[in-house]
Amino acid sequence: MMQFEYKVEGGDFTNAGNASSEVKKILKKLNVSPKITRRVVVALYEAEVNIVAHAYRGDIIVEIDTEKIRIQLNDEGPGIDSIEQAMTEGFSTASEQVREMGFGAGMGLPNINRNADELNITSEIGKGTNLEIITYLNKEN
Amino acid sequence: MDQPFFFHALKVDDKACIGCSHCMNACPTEAIRIWNGKAVIDDNKCVDCGECFRVCQVNAIYVEDNDFEQIYRFKYRVALFPAVFVGQFPEEIKVSQIYSELHKIGFTHLFEVERAVEILNESIVDYQENKENELPIISSFCPAIIRLIQVKFPSLVDNILRLGTPSDIAAHFYKQKLIDEGIPVNEIGIFYITPCAAKIAAIKNPVGEEKSIVDGAINLNRLFNKVYRNIKQATEDVLISQATELFSYEVLWTLTKGESSRVKGRALAIDGINSVMEFLEKVENREVHNIDYLECRACKEGCAGGILNPQNRFLTVERLNKRVSLNLKKNKQFSSSGIVNYKEYLNEKMILDKLVPRSMMMLDSDMALAMKKMVKAQKIEAELPGIDCGACGAPSCKALSEDIVKGDATLSHCVFVQNVLMQNGEINMETAFAIIDKIWGEHKVVKGSIKSGK
Ligand code: SF4
Ligand code: SF4
Repeated sequence: MMQFEYKVEGGDFTNAGNASSEVKKILKKLNVSPKITRRVVVALYEAEVNIVAHAYRGDIIVEIDTEKIRIQLNDEGPGIDSIEQAMTEGFSTASEQVREMGFGAGMGLPNINRNADELNITSEIGKGTNLEIITYLNKEN
Repeated sequence: MDQPFFFHALKVDDKACIGCSHCMNACPTEAIRIWNGKAVIDDNKCVDCGECFRVCQVNAIYVEDNDFEQIYRFKYRVALFPAVFVGQFPEEIKVSQIYSELHKIGFTHLFEVERAVEILNESIVDYQENKENELPIISSFCPAIIRLIQVKFPSLVDNILRLGTPSDIAAHFYKQKLIDEGIPVNEIGIFYITPCAAKIAAIKNPVGEEKSIVDGAINLNRLFNKVYRNIKQATEDVLISQATELFSYEVLWTLTKGESSRVKGRALAIDGINSVMEFLEKVENREVHNIDYLECRACKEGCAGGILNPQNRFLTVERLNKRVSLNLKKNKQFSSSGIVNYKEYLNEKMILDKLVPRSMMMLDSDMALAMKKMVKAQKIEAELPGIDCGACGAPSCKALSEDIVKGDATLSHCVFVQNVLMQNGEINMETAFAIIDKIWGEHKVVKGSIKSGK
Protein backbone atom coordinates (compact mmCIF):
# COMPACT_ATOMS: atom_id res chain seq x y z
CA MET A 1 0.00 0.00 0.00
CA MET A 2 1.16 3.53 -0.72
CA GLN A 3 0.20 6.64 1.13
CA PHE A 4 0.39 10.30 0.19
CA GLU A 5 -0.53 13.36 2.20
CA TYR A 6 -1.46 16.87 1.18
CA LYS A 7 -2.48 20.02 3.01
CA VAL A 8 -5.18 22.46 1.93
CA GLU A 9 -5.59 26.07 3.09
CA GLY A 10 -9.05 27.58 3.36
CA GLY A 11 -9.57 30.51 0.97
CA ASP A 12 -6.57 29.69 -1.23
CA PHE A 13 -8.22 29.14 -4.60
CA THR A 14 -4.96 29.63 -6.47
CA ASN A 15 -3.70 26.32 -5.16
CA ALA A 16 -6.99 24.44 -5.15
CA GLY A 17 -6.38 21.50 -7.43
CA ASN A 18 -2.76 20.87 -6.48
CA ALA A 19 -3.55 17.65 -4.66
CA SER A 20 -5.74 16.37 -7.49
CA SER A 21 -3.03 17.12 -10.05
CA GLU A 22 -0.43 15.29 -7.95
CA VAL A 23 -2.70 12.30 -7.47
CA LYS A 24 -3.44 12.26 -11.17
CA LYS A 25 0.26 12.05 -11.99
CA ILE A 26 0.66 9.16 -9.56
CA LEU A 27 -2.28 7.22 -10.99
CA LYS A 28 -0.96 7.65 -14.52
CA LYS A 29 2.40 6.28 -13.45
CA LEU A 30 0.68 3.32 -11.83
CA ASN A 31 -1.15 2.54 -15.08
CA VAL A 32 -4.59 3.02 -13.55
CA SER A 33 -7.11 3.18 -16.41
CA PRO A 34 -7.87 6.69 -17.74
CA LYS A 35 -11.57 6.35 -16.87
CA ILE A 36 -10.96 5.49 -13.22
CA THR A 37 -8.22 8.08 -12.93
CA ARG A 38 -10.62 10.69 -14.17
CA ARG A 39 -13.33 9.72 -11.68
CA VAL A 40 -10.90 9.82 -8.76
CA VAL A 41 -9.47 13.14 -9.83
CA VAL A 42 -12.83 14.79 -10.41
CA ALA A 43 -14.12 13.66 -7.00
CA LEU A 44 -10.94 14.76 -5.27
CA TYR A 45 -10.86 18.12 -7.01
CA GLU A 46 -14.44 18.82 -6.00
CA ALA A 47 -13.66 17.85 -2.39
CA GLU A 48 -10.53 19.96 -2.39
CA VAL A 49 -12.44 23.02 -3.57
CA ASN A 50 -15.05 22.38 -0.88
CA ILE A 51 -12.37 22.71 1.79
CA VAL A 52 -10.94 25.84 0.19
CA ALA A 53 -14.40 27.37 -0.11
CA HIS A 54 -15.84 26.49 3.28
CA ALA A 55 -13.21 25.37 5.79
CA TYR A 56 -10.19 26.93 7.51
CA ARG A 57 -7.79 24.16 6.63
CA GLY A 58 -7.74 20.49 5.85
CA ASP A 59 -5.64 17.38 5.34
CA ILE A 60 -5.90 14.92 2.52
CA ILE A 61 -4.62 11.37 2.89
CA VAL A 62 -4.57 9.17 -0.18
CA GLU A 63 -4.05 5.44 0.18
CA ILE A 64 -3.56 3.28 -2.86
CA ASP A 65 -3.35 -0.49 -3.05
CA THR A 66 -3.91 -2.84 -5.95
CA GLU A 67 -7.64 -3.02 -5.24
CA LYS A 68 -8.75 0.46 -4.36
CA ILE A 69 -7.97 4.09 -3.81
CA ARG A 70 -9.14 5.48 -0.51
CA ILE A 71 -9.08 9.22 0.03
CA GLN A 72 -9.73 10.81 3.39
CA LEU A 73 -10.32 14.55 3.65
CA ASN A 74 -10.46 15.96 7.14
CA ASP A 75 -11.12 19.65 7.57
CA GLU A 76 -11.40 22.12 10.39
CA GLY A 77 -14.35 24.34 9.59
CA PRO A 78 -17.98 25.15 10.17
CA GLY A 79 -19.16 21.62 9.39
CA ILE A 80 -22.22 20.71 7.36
CA ASP A 81 -25.63 21.47 8.83
CA SER A 82 -27.66 18.89 6.98
CA ILE A 83 -25.70 16.30 5.04
CA GLU A 84 -28.89 15.15 3.39
CA GLN A 85 -29.57 18.62 2.04
CA ALA A 86 -25.96 19.07 0.94
CA MET A 87 -26.24 15.84 -1.02
CA THR A 88 -29.19 17.19 -3.00
CA GLU A 89 -28.36 18.12 -6.59
CA GLY A 90 -28.26 21.86 -7.12
CA PHE A 91 -27.81 22.78 -3.49
CA SER A 92 -24.82 24.93 -2.68
CA THR A 93 -23.71 26.83 0.35
CA ALA A 94 -20.94 28.52 -1.62
CA SER A 95 -20.85 32.28 -1.29
CA GLU A 96 -21.60 34.57 -4.21
CA GLN A 97 -17.89 35.33 -4.66
CA VAL A 98 -17.01 31.68 -4.80
CA ARG A 99 -19.72 30.99 -7.32
CA GLU A 100 -18.60 33.84 -9.53
CA MET A 101 -15.20 32.25 -9.79
CA GLY A 102 -16.89 29.21 -11.22
CA PHE A 103 -16.31 27.09 -8.14
CA GLY A 104 -18.94 25.26 -6.17
CA ALA A 105 -21.80 25.93 -8.53
CA GLY A 106 -23.99 23.55 -6.57
CA MET A 107 -22.02 20.58 -7.83
CA GLY A 108 -20.05 19.75 -4.66
CA LEU A 109 -21.16 16.64 -2.81
CA PRO A 110 -23.52 15.17 -5.41
CA ASN A 111 -20.75 15.37 -7.95
CA ILE A 112 -18.31 13.67 -5.60
CA ASN A 113 -20.90 10.99 -4.96
CA ARG A 114 -21.39 10.40 -8.66
CA ASN A 115 -17.67 9.90 -9.17
CA ALA A 116 -17.05 7.65 -6.15
CA ASP A 117 -17.84 4.00 -5.53
CA GLU A 118 -18.32 4.76 -1.84
CA LEU A 119 -18.72 8.06 -0.08
CA ASN A 120 -18.87 8.42 3.69
CA ILE A 121 -19.43 11.75 5.37
CA THR A 122 -19.35 12.70 9.02
CA SER A 123 -19.57 16.26 10.20
CA GLU A 124 -19.75 18.15 13.42
CA ILE A 125 -21.04 21.71 13.51
CA GLY A 126 -18.36 24.15 14.53
CA LYS A 127 -15.62 21.54 14.24
CA GLY A 128 -15.31 20.20 10.78
CA THR A 129 -16.12 17.60 8.17
CA ASN A 130 -14.58 14.23 7.32
CA LEU A 131 -15.02 12.71 3.91
CA GLU A 132 -14.01 9.26 2.81
CA ILE A 133 -14.01 8.59 -0.92
CA ILE A 134 -13.37 5.05 -2.11
CA THR A 135 -12.84 4.00 -5.70
CA TYR A 136 -12.31 0.38 -6.70
CA LEU A 137 -9.76 -0.33 -9.37
CA ASN A 138 -11.00 -3.59 -10.83
CA LYS A 139 -14.53 -2.34 -11.32
CA GLU A 140 -14.20 -0.90 -14.82
CA ASN A 141 -17.25 1.12 -15.79
CA MET B 1 -5.00 -1.44 -32.82
CA ASP B 2 -2.26 0.84 -34.03
CA GLN B 3 1.37 -0.15 -34.02
CA PRO B 4 2.95 0.07 -30.59
CA PHE B 5 5.30 2.82 -31.64
CA PHE B 6 4.85 6.18 -33.22
CA PHE B 7 6.74 7.08 -36.31
CA HIS B 8 8.70 10.28 -35.77
CA ALA B 9 9.99 12.72 -38.33
CA LEU B 10 12.38 14.44 -35.94
CA LYS B 11 15.77 12.79 -35.63
CA VAL B 12 19.08 13.55 -33.95
CA ASP B 13 22.12 13.87 -36.17
CA ASP B 14 24.78 12.20 -34.02
CA LYS B 15 27.59 13.82 -35.95
CA ALA B 16 26.34 17.32 -35.28
CA CYS B 17 24.99 16.82 -31.75
CA ILE B 18 27.31 18.18 -29.05
CA GLY B 19 25.20 16.87 -26.16
CA CYS B 20 24.56 20.35 -24.78
CA SER B 21 21.23 19.31 -23.20
CA HIS B 22 19.22 22.33 -24.40
CA CYS B 23 16.72 20.03 -26.10
CA MET B 24 16.49 17.80 -23.03
CA ASN B 25 15.36 20.76 -20.97
CA ALA B 26 12.98 22.08 -23.61
CA CYS B 27 11.09 18.87 -24.30
CA PRO B 28 7.57 19.12 -22.82
CA THR B 29 7.18 15.36 -22.43
CA GLU B 30 10.68 14.72 -21.03
CA ALA B 31 11.40 12.43 -23.97
CA ILE B 32 15.09 13.30 -24.30
CA ARG B 33 18.13 11.99 -22.42
CA ILE B 34 21.83 12.57 -23.02
CA TRP B 35 23.74 9.37 -23.56
CA ASN B 36 27.29 8.90 -24.87
CA GLY B 37 27.39 12.64 -25.34
CA LYS B 38 24.41 12.67 -27.68
CA ALA B 39 20.72 13.45 -27.34
CA VAL B 40 18.52 10.36 -27.53
CA ILE B 41 14.77 10.68 -28.16
CA ASP B 42 12.38 8.15 -26.60
CA ASP B 43 9.99 7.19 -29.40
CA ASN B 44 7.26 6.37 -26.94
CA LYS B 45 7.16 9.78 -25.38
CA CYS B 46 7.92 12.11 -28.29
CA VAL B 47 4.88 13.90 -29.73
CA ASP B 48 6.64 15.64 -32.65
CA CYS B 49 6.03 19.12 -31.33
CA GLY B 50 9.41 20.39 -32.56
CA GLU B 51 10.45 22.24 -29.39
CA CYS B 52 13.81 20.44 -29.46
CA PHE B 53 14.34 21.54 -33.07
CA ARG B 54 13.70 25.15 -32.10
CA VAL B 55 16.26 25.28 -29.29
CA CYS B 56 19.09 23.30 -30.86
CA GLN B 57 22.10 25.61 -31.32
CA VAL B 58 23.95 23.45 -33.84
CA ASN B 59 21.02 22.20 -35.97
CA ALA B 60 21.56 18.64 -34.83
CA ILE B 61 17.83 17.95 -34.73
CA TYR B 62 16.58 17.51 -38.26
CA VAL B 63 13.36 16.67 -39.96
CA GLU B 64 13.45 13.48 -41.94
CA ASP B 65 11.49 14.08 -45.10
CA ASN B 66 11.21 12.44 -48.47
CA ASP B 67 13.37 13.71 -51.17
CA PHE B 68 11.76 15.99 -53.77
CA GLU B 69 12.40 13.54 -56.60
CA GLN B 70 9.76 11.24 -55.07
CA ILE B 71 7.08 13.21 -56.91
CA TYR B 72 8.23 11.80 -60.23
CA ARG B 73 7.00 8.35 -59.28
CA PHE B 74 3.67 9.66 -60.53
CA LYS B 75 2.54 11.03 -63.84
CA TYR B 76 0.10 13.46 -62.20
CA ARG B 77 1.61 15.32 -59.27
CA VAL B 78 -0.66 17.29 -57.01
CA ALA B 79 0.80 19.81 -54.56
CA LEU B 80 -1.45 20.51 -51.61
CA PHE B 81 -0.17 23.50 -49.73
CA PRO B 82 -1.33 25.45 -46.69
CA ALA B 83 -2.05 29.18 -46.82
CA VAL B 84 0.98 29.78 -44.59
CA PHE B 85 3.17 28.70 -47.52
CA VAL B 86 2.09 31.73 -49.51
CA GLY B 87 2.51 33.74 -46.31
CA GLN B 88 6.27 33.06 -46.37
CA PHE B 89 6.90 35.19 -49.43
CA PRO B 90 7.44 38.94 -49.35
CA GLU B 91 4.38 40.91 -50.32
CA GLU B 92 5.62 42.04 -53.71
CA ILE B 93 5.54 38.45 -54.91
CA LYS B 94 2.18 37.66 -56.40
CA VAL B 95 0.29 34.47 -55.75
CA SER B 96 0.27 33.83 -59.50
CA GLN B 97 4.09 33.88 -59.56
CA ILE B 98 4.22 31.30 -56.81
CA TYR B 99 1.71 29.05 -58.61
CA SER B 100 3.60 29.43 -61.81
CA GLU B 101 6.91 28.37 -60.25
CA LEU B 102 5.33 25.40 -58.53
CA HIS B 103 4.17 24.21 -61.95
CA LYS B 104 7.56 24.77 -63.47
CA ILE B 105 9.34 22.71 -60.85
CA GLY B 106 7.15 19.72 -61.54
CA PHE B 107 3.67 19.82 -60.09
CA THR B 108 0.84 19.24 -62.54
CA HIS B 109 -1.91 20.37 -60.17
CA LEU B 110 -2.00 22.81 -57.26
CA PHE B 111 -4.52 23.16 -54.51
CA GLU B 112 -4.56 25.28 -51.39
CA VAL B 113 -5.76 22.95 -48.62
CA GLU B 114 -7.80 25.55 -46.78
CA ARG B 115 -10.25 25.43 -49.69
CA ALA B 116 -11.57 22.34 -47.86
CA VAL B 117 -12.36 24.32 -44.72
CA GLU B 118 -15.80 25.37 -45.94
CA ILE B 119 -16.97 21.75 -45.90
CA LEU B 120 -15.14 20.86 -42.70
CA ASN B 121 -16.50 23.89 -40.87
CA GLU B 122 -20.07 22.92 -41.72
CA SER B 123 -19.43 19.36 -40.57
CA ILE B 124 -17.96 20.55 -37.27
CA VAL B 125 -21.05 22.61 -36.54
CA ASP B 126 -23.24 19.59 -37.35
CA TYR B 127 -21.05 17.36 -35.21
CA GLN B 128 -21.54 19.75 -32.29
CA GLU B 129 -25.28 19.00 -32.39
CA ASN B 130 -24.71 15.50 -31.03
CA LYS B 131 -25.72 15.54 -27.37
CA GLU B 132 -23.49 12.55 -26.67
CA ASN B 133 -20.23 14.37 -27.34
CA GLU B 134 -17.73 14.60 -24.52
CA LEU B 135 -17.25 18.32 -23.92
CA PRO B 136 -15.18 20.25 -24.63
CA ILE B 137 -14.64 18.89 -28.11
CA ILE B 138 -10.92 19.22 -28.82
CA SER B 139 -9.91 20.06 -32.38
CA SER B 140 -8.25 17.24 -34.31
CA PHE B 141 -6.29 19.67 -36.44
CA CYS B 142 -2.80 19.60 -34.93
CA PRO B 143 -1.22 16.11 -34.98
CA ALA B 144 1.21 17.03 -32.19
CA ILE B 145 -1.75 17.78 -29.93
CA ILE B 146 -3.47 14.48 -30.78
CA ARG B 147 -0.30 12.62 -29.84
CA LEU B 148 0.13 14.70 -26.71
CA ILE B 149 -3.37 13.73 -25.59
CA GLN B 150 -2.79 10.05 -26.34
CA VAL B 151 0.45 10.01 -24.39
CA LYS B 152 -0.16 12.45 -21.54
CA PHE B 153 -3.89 13.00 -21.24
CA PRO B 154 -5.32 9.58 -22.13
CA SER B 155 -8.64 10.27 -20.43
CA LEU B 156 -9.30 13.03 -22.99
CA VAL B 157 -8.97 10.96 -26.18
CA ASP B 158 -12.75 10.73 -26.47
CA ASN B 159 -12.94 14.52 -26.53
CA ILE B 160 -10.99 14.73 -29.78
CA LEU B 161 -13.11 15.73 -32.76
CA ARG B 162 -13.52 12.70 -34.98
CA LEU B 163 -13.33 14.59 -38.27
CA GLY B 164 -10.23 14.83 -40.43
CA THR B 165 -8.11 17.85 -41.19
CA PRO B 166 -8.42 20.24 -44.15
CA SER B 167 -5.41 18.60 -45.78
CA ASP B 168 -6.99 15.12 -45.58
CA ILE B 169 -10.24 16.40 -47.02
CA ALA B 170 -8.45 18.34 -49.76
CA ALA B 171 -6.48 15.20 -50.64
CA HIS B 172 -9.62 13.05 -50.86
CA PHE B 173 -11.27 15.69 -53.02
CA TYR B 174 -8.44 16.16 -55.45
CA LYS B 175 -7.78 12.49 -55.92
CA GLN B 176 -11.44 11.74 -56.62
CA LYS B 177 -11.73 14.74 -58.92
CA LEU B 178 -8.81 13.50 -61.05
CA ILE B 179 -10.20 9.97 -61.07
CA ASP B 180 -13.50 11.37 -62.29
CA GLU B 181 -11.61 13.15 -65.06
CA GLY B 182 -10.47 9.71 -66.21
CA ILE B 183 -6.98 9.60 -64.75
CA PRO B 184 -5.93 6.14 -63.47
CA VAL B 185 -5.57 6.16 -59.71
CA ASN B 186 -2.05 4.75 -59.72
CA GLU B 187 -0.84 7.70 -61.78
CA ILE B 188 -1.94 10.25 -59.17
CA GLY B 189 0.48 11.34 -56.48
CA ILE B 190 -0.74 13.67 -53.75
CA PHE B 191 1.92 15.65 -51.88
CA TYR B 192 1.43 17.83 -48.88
CA ILE B 193 3.74 20.76 -48.33
CA THR B 194 4.23 20.73 -44.60
CA PRO B 195 5.08 23.48 -42.13
CA CYS B 196 5.98 21.00 -39.40
CA ALA B 197 7.29 17.58 -38.44
CA ALA B 198 4.01 16.59 -36.81
CA LYS B 199 2.19 16.53 -40.17
CA ILE B 200 4.90 14.32 -41.68
CA ALA B 201 4.54 11.89 -38.80
CA ALA B 202 0.76 11.97 -39.20
CA ILE B 203 1.05 11.08 -42.88
CA LYS B 204 3.46 8.21 -42.28
CA ASN B 205 1.64 6.86 -39.26
CA PRO B 206 -1.89 8.27 -39.23
CA VAL B 207 -4.13 8.15 -36.18
CA GLY B 208 -7.79 7.29 -36.69
CA GLU B 209 -7.27 6.18 -40.30
CA GLU B 210 -5.91 3.02 -41.90
CA LYS B 211 -3.55 4.67 -44.30
CA SER B 212 -3.06 8.29 -45.22
CA ILE B 213 -4.57 9.48 -48.49
CA VAL B 214 -1.49 11.65 -48.94
CA ASP B 215 1.42 9.97 -50.75
CA GLY B 216 4.22 12.07 -49.36
CA ALA B 217 5.19 15.18 -47.45
CA ILE B 218 7.38 17.93 -48.75
CA ASN B 219 9.42 20.13 -46.46
CA LEU B 220 7.99 23.64 -46.77
CA ASN B 221 11.31 25.29 -46.01
CA ARG B 222 13.15 23.46 -48.77
CA LEU B 223 10.41 24.10 -51.28
CA PHE B 224 10.21 27.78 -50.36
CA ASN B 225 13.90 28.22 -51.05
CA LYS B 226 13.61 26.50 -54.40
CA VAL B 227 10.58 28.50 -55.49
CA TYR B 228 11.81 31.84 -54.18
CA ARG B 229 15.15 31.47 -55.96
CA ASN B 230 13.42 30.59 -59.20
CA ILE B 231 11.14 33.60 -58.89
CA LYS B 232 14.16 35.83 -58.32
CA GLN B 233 15.87 34.44 -61.38
CA ALA B 234 12.81 34.14 -63.59
CA THR B 235 12.74 36.00 -66.85
CA GLU B 236 9.96 34.18 -68.67
CA ASP B 237 6.38 35.17 -68.31
CA VAL B 238 4.21 33.80 -65.63
CA LEU B 239 2.21 30.75 -66.63
CA ILE B 240 -1.55 30.85 -66.36
CA SER B 241 -2.53 30.16 -62.79
CA GLN B 242 -5.37 28.03 -61.58
CA ALA B 243 -5.58 29.81 -58.26
CA THR B 244 -8.95 29.69 -56.56
CA GLU B 245 -9.42 32.32 -53.92
CA LEU B 246 -10.27 31.34 -50.37
CA PHE B 247 -12.95 32.69 -48.09
CA SER B 248 -11.50 34.94 -45.39
CA TYR B 249 -12.14 32.43 -42.63
CA GLU B 250 -10.45 29.76 -44.72
CA VAL B 251 -7.27 31.81 -45.04
CA LEU B 252 -7.13 32.26 -41.27
CA TRP B 253 -8.20 28.74 -40.21
CA THR B 254 -4.76 27.45 -39.22
CA LEU B 255 -3.83 30.56 -37.26
CA THR B 256 -4.75 31.06 -33.60
CA LYS B 257 -8.51 31.62 -33.22
CA GLY B 258 -9.09 30.73 -36.88
CA GLU B 259 -11.05 27.64 -35.93
CA SER B 260 -12.46 28.58 -32.52
CA SER B 261 -14.10 31.70 -33.95
CA ARG B 262 -16.09 29.57 -36.42
CA VAL B 263 -17.71 26.99 -34.14
CA LYS B 264 -20.78 27.09 -31.95
CA GLY B 265 -20.94 27.85 -28.25
CA ARG B 266 -18.15 28.85 -25.95
CA ALA B 267 -14.86 28.14 -27.67
CA LEU B 268 -11.30 28.88 -26.64
CA ALA B 269 -8.11 28.93 -28.68
CA ILE B 270 -4.87 27.86 -27.02
CA ASP B 271 -1.52 27.96 -28.78
CA GLY B 272 1.94 26.82 -27.75
CA ILE B 273 2.46 23.30 -26.47
CA ASN B 274 3.22 24.32 -22.88
CA SER B 275 0.08 26.45 -22.63
CA VAL B 276 -1.93 23.60 -24.10
CA MET B 277 -0.59 21.19 -21.47
CA GLU B 278 -1.42 23.61 -18.69
CA PHE B 279 -4.96 23.96 -19.94
CA LEU B 280 -5.60 20.27 -20.62
CA GLU B 281 -4.51 19.59 -17.06
CA LYS B 282 -7.44 21.73 -15.92
CA VAL B 283 -9.83 20.12 -18.36
CA GLU B 284 -8.84 16.68 -17.16
CA ASN B 285 -9.54 17.67 -13.54
CA ARG B 286 -12.87 19.23 -14.59
CA GLU B 287 -11.60 22.44 -13.12
CA VAL B 288 -13.09 24.32 -16.03
CA HIS B 289 -16.72 23.94 -16.95
CA ASN B 290 -19.06 24.76 -19.78
CA ILE B 291 -16.54 24.98 -22.59
CA ASP B 292 -17.88 23.60 -25.85
CA TYR B 293 -14.85 23.63 -28.08
CA LEU B 294 -11.09 23.86 -27.73
CA GLU B 295 -8.78 24.79 -30.56
CA CYS B 296 -5.32 23.62 -29.46
CA ARG B 297 -2.20 24.17 -31.55
CA ALA B 298 1.31 23.06 -30.63
CA CYS B 299 2.84 26.16 -32.22
CA LYS B 300 2.44 29.74 -31.11
CA GLU B 301 0.33 31.66 -33.64
CA GLY B 302 -0.82 28.27 -34.96
CA CYS B 303 0.74 26.96 -38.15
CA ALA B 304 2.41 30.32 -38.83
CA GLY B 305 4.74 29.17 -36.04
CA GLY B 306 5.50 25.78 -37.61
CA ILE B 307 9.18 24.84 -37.43
CA LEU B 308 9.61 24.50 -41.19
CA ASN B 309 8.47 28.03 -41.94
CA PRO B 310 11.44 30.20 -42.87
CA GLN B 311 9.57 33.44 -42.18
CA ASN B 312 8.94 35.01 -38.77
CA ARG B 313 5.50 33.95 -37.54
CA PHE B 314 4.21 37.46 -36.89
CA LEU B 315 5.05 38.55 -40.41
CA THR B 316 3.28 35.49 -41.79
CA VAL B 317 0.18 36.33 -39.79
CA GLU B 318 0.37 39.90 -41.07
CA ARG B 319 0.60 38.79 -44.67
CA LEU B 320 -2.38 36.46 -44.32
CA ASN B 321 -4.43 39.20 -42.68
CA LYS B 322 -3.57 41.54 -45.54
CA ARG B 323 -4.68 38.91 -48.00
CA VAL B 324 -8.03 38.79 -46.25
CA SER B 325 -8.55 42.55 -46.32
CA LEU B 326 -7.51 42.70 -49.97
CA ASN B 327 -10.06 40.04 -50.83
CA LEU B 328 -12.75 41.94 -49.02
CA LYS B 329 -11.93 45.05 -51.03
CA LYS B 330 -11.84 43.22 -54.32
CA ASN B 331 -15.09 41.54 -53.44
CA LYS B 332 -14.55 39.41 -56.49
CA GLN B 333 -16.42 36.30 -57.46
CA PHE B 334 -14.81 33.01 -56.67
CA SER B 335 -13.50 30.83 -59.41
CA SER B 336 -15.02 27.62 -58.17
CA SER B 337 -12.79 24.76 -57.09
CA GLY B 338 -15.68 22.36 -57.47
CA ILE B 339 -15.17 20.99 -53.97
CA VAL B 340 -18.77 21.60 -52.90
CA ASN B 341 -19.94 19.11 -55.54
CA TYR B 342 -18.09 16.44 -53.60
CA LYS B 343 -19.60 17.34 -50.26
CA GLU B 344 -21.42 14.09 -49.58
CA TYR B 345 -18.44 11.98 -50.57
CA LEU B 346 -16.10 14.06 -48.40
CA ASN B 347 -18.44 14.05 -45.41
CA GLU B 348 -18.14 10.30 -45.40
CA LYS B 349 -14.38 10.25 -45.94
CA MET B 350 -13.57 12.74 -43.21
CA ILE B 351 -14.84 10.61 -40.32
CA LEU B 352 -12.03 9.30 -38.15
CA ASP B 353 -11.99 6.01 -36.26
CA LYS B 354 -12.10 6.00 -32.51
CA LEU B 355 -8.76 7.12 -31.13
CA VAL B 356 -6.88 5.04 -28.59
CA PRO B 357 -4.93 6.26 -25.58
CA ARG B 358 -1.25 5.36 -25.44
CA SER B 359 -0.36 6.32 -21.96
CA MET B 360 3.41 6.37 -21.73
CA MET B 361 3.73 7.77 -18.27
CA MET B 362 3.43 4.45 -16.44
CA LEU B 363 6.35 2.87 -14.61
CA ASP B 364 5.12 -0.64 -15.35
CA SER B 365 2.03 -2.05 -17.03
CA ASP B 366 1.45 -4.30 -14.00
CA MET B 367 0.07 -2.10 -11.27
CA ALA B 368 1.56 -4.03 -8.36
CA LEU B 369 5.01 -3.78 -9.97
CA ALA B 370 4.44 -0.13 -10.80
CA MET B 371 3.70 0.51 -7.13
CA LYS B 372 6.89 -1.22 -6.04
CA LYS B 373 8.84 0.81 -8.56
CA MET B 374 7.20 4.02 -7.42
CA VAL B 375 8.09 3.38 -3.78
CA LYS B 376 11.65 2.66 -4.84
CA ALA B 377 11.80 5.75 -7.05
CA GLN B 378 10.60 7.89 -4.16
CA LYS B 379 13.34 6.53 -1.94
CA ILE B 380 15.93 7.21 -4.61
CA GLU B 381 14.63 10.69 -5.24
CA ALA B 382 14.95 11.47 -1.54
CA GLU B 383 18.66 10.60 -1.77
CA LEU B 384 19.25 12.86 -4.78
CA PRO B 385 20.16 16.54 -4.29
CA GLY B 386 16.92 17.82 -5.87
CA ILE B 387 18.53 20.65 -7.84
CA ASP B 388 17.74 19.24 -11.28
CA CYS B 389 21.23 20.04 -12.59
CA GLY B 390 20.90 17.69 -15.56
CA ALA B 391 24.51 16.42 -15.27
CA CYS B 392 23.23 12.83 -15.11
CA GLY B 393 21.77 13.20 -18.61
CA ALA B 394 18.15 13.28 -17.38
CA PRO B 395 16.06 16.44 -17.15
CA SER B 396 15.36 16.27 -13.40
CA CYS B 397 16.20 14.30 -10.26
CA LYS B 398 12.70 12.83 -10.40
CA ALA B 399 13.23 11.74 -14.01
CA LEU B 400 16.55 10.10 -13.08
CA SER B 401 14.98 8.22 -10.17
CA GLU B 402 12.30 6.88 -12.49
CA ASP B 403 14.88 5.98 -15.14
CA ILE B 404 16.74 4.03 -12.47
CA VAL B 405 13.75 1.94 -11.40
CA LYS B 406 12.90 1.28 -15.04
CA GLY B 407 16.46 -0.02 -15.44
CA ASP B 408 17.54 2.72 -17.85
CA ALA B 409 20.09 4.36 -15.55
CA THR B 410 21.94 3.77 -12.29
CA LEU B 411 22.28 5.79 -9.11
CA SER B 412 25.94 6.48 -9.87
CA HIS B 413 24.86 8.60 -12.85
CA CYS B 414 24.27 11.35 -10.32
CA VAL B 415 27.45 13.39 -9.90
CA PHE B 416 26.66 14.07 -6.25
CA VAL B 417 26.22 10.39 -5.50
CA GLN B 418 29.50 9.71 -7.31
CA ASN B 419 31.20 12.18 -5.05
CA VAL B 420 29.94 10.43 -1.95
CA LEU B 421 30.89 7.03 -3.35
CA MET B 422 34.37 8.31 -4.08
CA GLN B 423 34.80 9.78 -0.63
CA ASN B 424 33.76 6.46 0.87
CA GLY B 425 36.27 4.76 -1.35
CA GLU B 426 33.53 2.73 -3.02
CA ILE B 427 34.54 3.87 -6.50
CA ASN B 428 37.76 5.44 -7.68
CA MET B 429 38.34 8.47 -9.85
CA GLU B 430 38.78 6.28 -12.95
CA THR B 431 35.35 4.72 -12.53
CA ALA B 432 33.77 8.11 -11.88
CA PHE B 433 35.28 9.45 -15.13
CA ALA B 434 34.15 6.37 -16.98
CA ILE B 435 30.57 7.05 -15.86
CA ILE B 436 30.76 10.71 -16.88
CA ASP B 437 32.19 9.70 -20.25
CA LYS B 438 29.30 7.31 -20.76
CA ILE B 439 26.82 10.14 -20.29
CA TRP B 440 28.54 13.09 -21.88
CA GLY B 441 30.75 11.28 -24.35
CA GLU B 442 34.46 10.60 -24.20
CA HIS B 443 37.04 13.33 -23.77
CA LYS B 444 34.57 15.94 -22.67
CA VAL B 445 35.89 15.84 -19.15
CA VAL B 446 39.63 15.96 -18.56
CA LYS B 447 40.75 15.87 -14.95
CA GLY B 448 37.71 17.62 -13.65
CA SER B 449 37.63 20.43 -16.21
CA ILE B 450 35.00 20.56 -18.90
CA LYS B 451 36.48 20.91 -22.36
CA SER B 452 34.78 22.87 -25.10
CA GLY B 453 32.37 20.85 -27.22
CA LYS B 454 34.93 19.85 -29.82
S1 SF4 C 1 9.63 16.80 -30.86
FE1 SF4 C 1 8.81 17.59 -28.92
S2 SF4 C 1 8.24 15.77 -27.79
FE2 SF4 C 1 9.58 15.06 -29.43
S3 SF4 C 1 11.64 15.01 -28.52
FE3 SF4 C 1 11.40 17.02 -29.51
S4 SF4 C 1 10.66 18.38 -27.88
FE4 SF4 C 1 10.32 16.25 -27.16
S1 SF4 D 1 0.28 24.08 -34.97
FE1 SF4 D 1 0.33 23.61 -37.14
S2 SF4 D 1 2.49 23.76 -37.70
FE2 SF4 D 1 2.42 23.56 -35.46
S3 SF4 D 1 2.65 21.37 -35.06
FE3 SF4 D 1 0.44 21.82 -35.12
S4 SF4 D 1 -0.14 21.43 -37.25
FE4 SF4 D 1 2.09 21.58 -37.22
